[in-house]
Amino acid sequence: MYHTLLFLHVLSAFLMVSGVVIFSAFVLGSPVTRPLKLTAEILWGVGGVGTIVFGIWLALNRPEYGILDGWIIAAVALWVFANGAGAQVSRTIKPGDAESPAALDRRVKFSHWMRVLWVVLLLIDMVWKPGA
Amino acid sequence: MNLLALTRPDAWNLPLFVHILGAMVLVGALTLSAVALIAAWRSGSAPLTKLGFMSLFYGAIPGYVLMRGGAQWIAHKEGLDNDNVDLSWINIGFSVSDLGFVLLVVALVIGGIAVRRINRGQGGKPSVSARIATGLVSIFLIACLVAVWAMTTKPV
Repeated sequence: MYHTLLFLHVLSAFLMVSGVVIFSAFVLGSPVTRPLKLTAEILWGVGGVGTIVFGIWLALNRPEYGILDGWIIAAVALWVFANGAGAQVSRTIKPGDAESPAALDRRVKFSHWMRVLWVVLLLIDMVWKPGA
Repeated sequence: MNLLALTRPDAWNLPLFVHILGAMVLVGALTLSAVALIAAWRSGSAPLTKLGFMSLFYGAIPGYVLMRGGAQWIAHKEGLDNDNVDLSWINIGFSVSDLGFVLLVVALVIGGIAVRRINRGQGGKPSVSARIATGLVSIFLIACLVAVWAMTTKPV
């Protein structure tokens, strides 16, 4: 059970980061087409739900972990921050034609890079597990 | 193995972080490349074809270097990098990594040719090289997901 949950949790994290990589391409000037935007949204959404659901399930499954451990609360907070920043970016970036890059203002770019920061901090928290 | 994972020495954390971060960037860049190239099949779009190959060059290659370097680093720390070690999950990881490197290099060479044709104004229609590269990238992407399964479930 532990290994299956860990696989699903880590797989979800990979999907989530894949979504972030595609959004990073948009922010760096790639064209925003409907299939690319849809793929990024699905990866970010499914990955995001999967990481939190399987992550909490893992914490409940292991006697060594408690749902109120500091590093788990920090992870949930970072997940919320990342999703908050991500929602703003998703709302603003609209699919256009395949020939030209999307015009994005600095606020959207800032929100995206903040999301990248939250996700990297989330990974650091998961690996180091401070206080565990 | 579970206990080992839960009580990992602090010295293993940095190489593990580098390994996972690299693997995530690699998978993300391969996904972007595959989606862009598949979309380019239908439209023959030059910007999407370029995006497919640029994501390999600027995303997948650095991700691969971090992933592979981190793997070697943590395998050394754990004493798993000698010839006496024969664990399925390690073998799967290194096999996917080695095979993936070949696929990545071939896809980049083929992609470079396609991008050069586009830059010379010979693009604008779906190219055979882009289709071959899509296949190679997709195979590597699926192999990466098998490696993620092996790394997390650790079959002996």
